[in-house]
This record gives sequence, structure tokens and C-alpha cells, in this order.
Amino acid sequence: MKKLVTAFATGILGAAIVLAGCSSKEETASPQAEGTATATATAAAASEGLKAATESYKKYVIEQTDLFVQATEAFVDAVKAGDVEKARELYAPSRMYYERIEPIAESFGDLDPNIDAREGDVDESEWRGYHRLEKALWVQKSVEGQDKYADQLLSDSQQLRALVETVEVTPDMLVTGAVGLLNEVSSSKVVGEEERYSHTDLYDFAANVEGAEKIFELLKPELEKKDASLASDIEQKFADLKADLAQYKEGDGYKIYTELKPDQTKKLSQLIDALAEPLSQMGTVLGA
Amino acid sequence: MGNGNRKDGDPKRQGTLLSRREVLKMGAAGGLGLLLGSMVGGSVIAGKGLAASLTKGFDSRPTGDDQESVPFYGKVQAGIVTPAQNFLIFASFDLVTERIEDVRKLFQDWTDAAARLTEGKPVGEESDNAFLPPKDTGEAAGLLPARTTVTFGVGPSVFDGRFGLKSKRPPTFADLPSFPGESLQPQWCGGDIGVQVCSNDMQVAFHAIRNLIRIARGKAVLRWMQEGFQRSGAADPQAGTPRNLLGFKDGTGNPDVNDPDLMNRYVWVQKADGPSWMENGTYMVVRKIRMRIEVWDRSSLQDQEATFGRHRASGAPLGRQDEFDSLEEALEQKNADGTYVIPVQSHVRLSHGDGSVKILRRSYSYSSGIEPRSGQLDAGLFFICFQRDIASQFVPLQDRLARQDKLNEYIVHIGSAVFACFPGVSRGGYIGEGLWS
Repeated sequence: MKKLVTAFATGILGAAIVLAGCSSKEETASPQAEGTATATATAAAASEGLKAATESYKKYVIEQTDLFVQATEAFVDAVKAGDVEKARELYAPSRMYYERIEPIAESFGDLDPNIDAREGDVDESEWRGYHRLEKALWVQKSVEGQDKYADQLLSDSQQLRALVETVEVTPDMLVTGAVGLLNEVSSSKVVGEEERYSHTDLYDFAANVEGAEKIFELLKPELEKKDASLASDIEQKFADLKADLAQYKEGDGYKIYTELKPDQTKKLSQLIDALAEPLSQMGTVLGA
Repeated sequence: MGNGNRKDGDPKRQGTLLSRREVLKMGAAGGLGLLLGSMVGGSVIAGKGLAASLTKGFDSRPTGDDQESVPFYGKVQAGIVTPAQNFLIFASFDLVTERIEDVRKLFQDWTDAAARLTEGKPVGEESDNAFLPPKDTGEAAGLLPARTTVTFGVGPSVFDGRFGLKSKRPPTFADLPSFPGESLQPQWCGGDIGVQVCSNDMQVAFHAIRNLIRIARGKAVLRWMQEGFQRSGAADPQAGTPRNLLGFKDGTGNPDVNDPDLMNRYVWVQKADGPSWMENGTYMVVRKIRMRIEVWDRSSLQDQEATFGRHRASGAPLGRQDEFDSLEEALEQKNADGTYVIPVQSHVRLSHGDGSVKILRRSYSYSSGIEPRSGQLDAGLFFICFQRDIASQFVPLQDRLARQDKLNEYIVHIGSAVFACFPGVSRGGYIGEGLWS
């Protein structure tokens, strides 16, 4: 989860996106554009290439959300069946679908905190979702009394699936989203604060990076037209990061984050910064 | 936060030849934004002094305010409504003695030392016995007072029973409630005693805190300590609104420190508030706020501006041209689609709220090397504010920001402490005598 700010962006961002869905493209400036005219102009100027990228991205988001609902259903079933071991196995991989499309997923107000809030992000009475079950699975080591949260999680993920259908993806959402995904890594995964009980942070880490890379791949043809060397720089930095990340693979998943030494987490963090800096220049495809 | 004094704080209206009184008045204004920035006025004074000291090459005599001292004795403590100096060292102490006589002695010794330090004097007269360590540590020998102030307060923990002070605890004075999203680290929280040293010279400030720490040995030990800075007056002779480390001008809306009515309403504890030992004192909140500098640096300009609700270059409210254009009017302005030009979750809008709750902010930036786990910068804002009652002033304000501020994506609160800052003391008395005696 980004920060609970998003909980309150609800009406604003959510509504803006939904409204955007039924209005012309020229009016789809994101709320961040309030006070500046650039995004509106940019959206209007979106080339055919960018349009194709946004359409492909929307397909990707829907596909990931479908998989997320399926995976969540299996996870929830394990929780409700009282199968702690199975649920622990399914926990981190299920979350990856969500983490890949986090910038979109967290644009629906309360849905993001409902699915992904960490302990302390929201009032205890409102805390639910994946991390609530994470705590039960790894701290209490029991899923007794968790049925309510399991049911809520499944229905929240289904609601997310319904809502992504309404999103009108704009080019500037792609650009902001790619950097946003890496910021997620920087702010919470790299310091091991995302998965504080399961320590499966590297799954989220990898998924955020994959989500950012997907956006880059979609924008790459346009970016190469404007700035080929930036495109190849970003490509190289993705490769560096993925190579470093690969050494922590274990079977189908990743090592537990606490097994990494401080100089290893620091290296990952610095590779993220090295990638995110040129990636933040991708807005060049939007500029005049 | 309100901004009724902005006109007084407009540096453009100030010539370079300000009377001292005018400069002081200016210091009062200032402060827009909320947690971030807020050091406007202070550096105006500093600017005068340090700008003057730039001409030292032409005049062998140092001039300007650095030569001056801020009176230590008075009805209220210095360092609260005093315009913010260039540098800060804040120290939080834990008492290691359990005897109130020791604490009383500590505050008597600290009072004498602080009074001397703020006048630019060593903490004690030197003996000519070469077999003794020097009384004063010496690194500030020959240096000007540099407008140094020392401000003392006590944390809620001193009322825990160790000193028999339970009955003297102010009713609403307690550790802060937890706020959503904060990530407090125990090594940056709490303390029995808070000591704020501010100075226009870092070496002078360090000398002051070092000697106070030395005097405390055996009675109180350091719990944590933080240095802070803002852009100096010398670097900003025009005394414009300072920028925080996120690059935005930030700082208006502070109540006017030269308006006694406002200070009595928002800052100084009144007789009716009780307890009597706090009359003319004030409550201080300290928050160490780390900024996610790397993340911020790769945010687009439009995101940055929507986060603060201001234009970065000019400092003007979004949709306006000039830094000092009315914020209240700008907050009402809407786009064609009915949304606010200054976003609902922007820092400036949430900080302003309905304008009824005010606190006196006196924050500094900090930079403390790198965060070892990530290799990223460990830098941010060392937020300090003063108010008459924390529970009804800081708490609701921070609760609103913690829940909604878009800025939370880029900052995280990692340290927190509250201190009841004593009233001032007159010559012959000692700080906190109403509590300790």
C-alpha cells in the first residue's frame, strides 16, 4: 500500500477516473493536473502510439486482476479451511498480481487500504485484508476467527476486478505509475516494512519491478522515437536490477527478506534508485 | 493555518534599512505551510546580522546581531517567540537520579550556565590551577553570543512517581496518541527533559549543549540529540521565504509573535489553565520527520505542486501568480469540472483547515548522513511547535494531516516527544523552580 493518503483520494481520483471513462479523452486530466494545464494538453496530444500503449496496459491490468481474484480465492479457501501451511504458501504469490498493478489498484479509494493496509496504517477496528491475515498466519500461527477477514478480502478483490473495467488509462498515468511502482519498492519493500510478519518482501519487490517494466515495454517504441539513448539506459538498468534480484530466487519464489545482509539490501535499494531516476524521465514522451 | 499576518511578513515590503523593531515584527509573521518549512521570520533577523558580517572584510569590527545576546532572564523563556536562529541542537535527557534535590541542583546549575552561555561567556570562571580540567570546554572562547538561546522543558515521564510530582502533572499533558502511518523509532522518542539550543553559529551551539551535558553528568544522561539548520541569513540577504528540503517555499500562517493577545490565546499557558508552575510556560511538540528525498526527486513537477498546493518556483498558491496572493481566496477557486484548483489532499489546504486552530511553529531541516539499510539520504524536517494545549491544538491538526495529507507519500514521522516548557525566570531564581521546589 502506498500510504493511506490513497484512502482519501477515493472520491477524487476514483471518481475522476470513472468520470473520465464516459467523457472524451481531452477531459481526462488526472487530479494531479489540478492547477496545471500540462496534463490536459498532453492527454489531448496523445499520439496513436501512446493510445495503443494505454489500451494494451488496460488489458494487462484486467488480466492481472483476473489472476489476482483467482489466487485470492485459493488463498481465502485455505484460510477458511484452517490450512495454515497452505495459506502461508499461497500468501506471497497471490499478492504479486496486485503489486504489479498497484498504481491502478490503489486508485479506488478505500479498496487499497482494505486489501493492502499494514498494521497501524488504519485504525485497528478498520484493519483487514492481506496483512491482517498475514499476521494471523505468521504471528498467531492460526486462522481461527479469521473467516470474516477472508470473506471480506475475496469480496474486495472482486470489487477491484469490477472497477478496473471502468478505468480509462491515460499516458500520463503510465509514466507516473512506472515510477510509482519503484517508489513503492523504495519506501516500504527495501526496508522490509511491507511484509513485517512473513518477510516475503522480495515477492512484492519483484512484482513492482515487473509492473514497472511492463509499462516501460509498452512505452518503449514511443520513447525510442524521442530519446533512444534514454530507452537503452532504462533497459540496461532494468537488466542490472533483475540480475541482482535473481540471486535471491528460491524455487518458484524468493528468499525471506531477513536472510539478506545489510549490504545486499542496500545494493538493491541503490539499483532501484539508479533505475527510477532515468525512468522518471520517461515523461519526455508526453512533453511537447 | 491562518495567514492574517502575511502582509507584515512580506519581505518585498521591507527595505534593507529596517529598524530593529520592524525586523522583530517581521519575524513574527512568516510561516505558511505547516509541518514543513516555517522558518520564515527567524532568518530575517539572522539575515541582518550575517549579511552585515559579510562586510567584515571592509570593517575589522564584527557588526550585526551576532554580537548581540538574547536576554536569558524574563517573564517567558527565550527561544520560543525569538525569531529562529540559523542553527539548532536539540537534546533529550533522561534523569538518572531519583532524588529531587539532585534535579533541583541540576536546574540551578543549568540556569546559571545557560545565562552565561547566552551572553557569550564561559560557563565558569577559570581557576589558575593547572592540575584541574578547565571549567569551560573552551571551543567558544572569543566567539560572539550569536543570538544563542537555551530553552528547557520536561516530558510527561517526570510525573511518573520517581520525584513525587504526580499531583503537579498538567491534566492534558501526556505522550501523543499514535497517528496513522507514523513509524516512530524508540531511539528518537521521549525524554525526561528537553533542551533546545538555537544559535547563529553551530560551534557556539555545540559548545552550549556540550557544557550543559557535562554539568548534568551523574544526574541526567543524553537520550537522543539532533542538529538542525535552515538557510542562513548570509545566503539569503533578501530574506525571502525559506525553502524546505523538498524545494518548496514554506512558512506563513504562524500567529504574530508580537501580538500579546494572540500569544496568550495560542502559546502561553494562562493562570486559569493550571497548574500554577506552568503559567507563562508553553507546551512543545517535537517530531523528527524523515523525507523520502530520492522518491520526491523523481516525482513530476505537477505531482510535486499538487502535493503542496503551491507553485514551486514562485511559492504562489496553485492558480495564482504571487507568493503572497491570498491563500484563502485561492482555496475557494475551482476548475471548470468543479474540482478545487488546490487539491483537497494538498498539504497547504489541510494545514490551513478552517483556520481556527493555530500553533507556533519553529522547525529546522536536518541532514544526518545515510540510512544504512537503503543507502538513501537520512534527511528531513525537525519539526518543533509551541502551543498552550497540545491535546486541542497539535493533536487534531496532526490527526488530519496524518490521515489525508498527500505529502505522506514522501515523508515519515520517525521521532516524537513532548515537553512542558517552563515559564521564564528572573535573576536569582532558577528554571522550573515552581515545579522542583
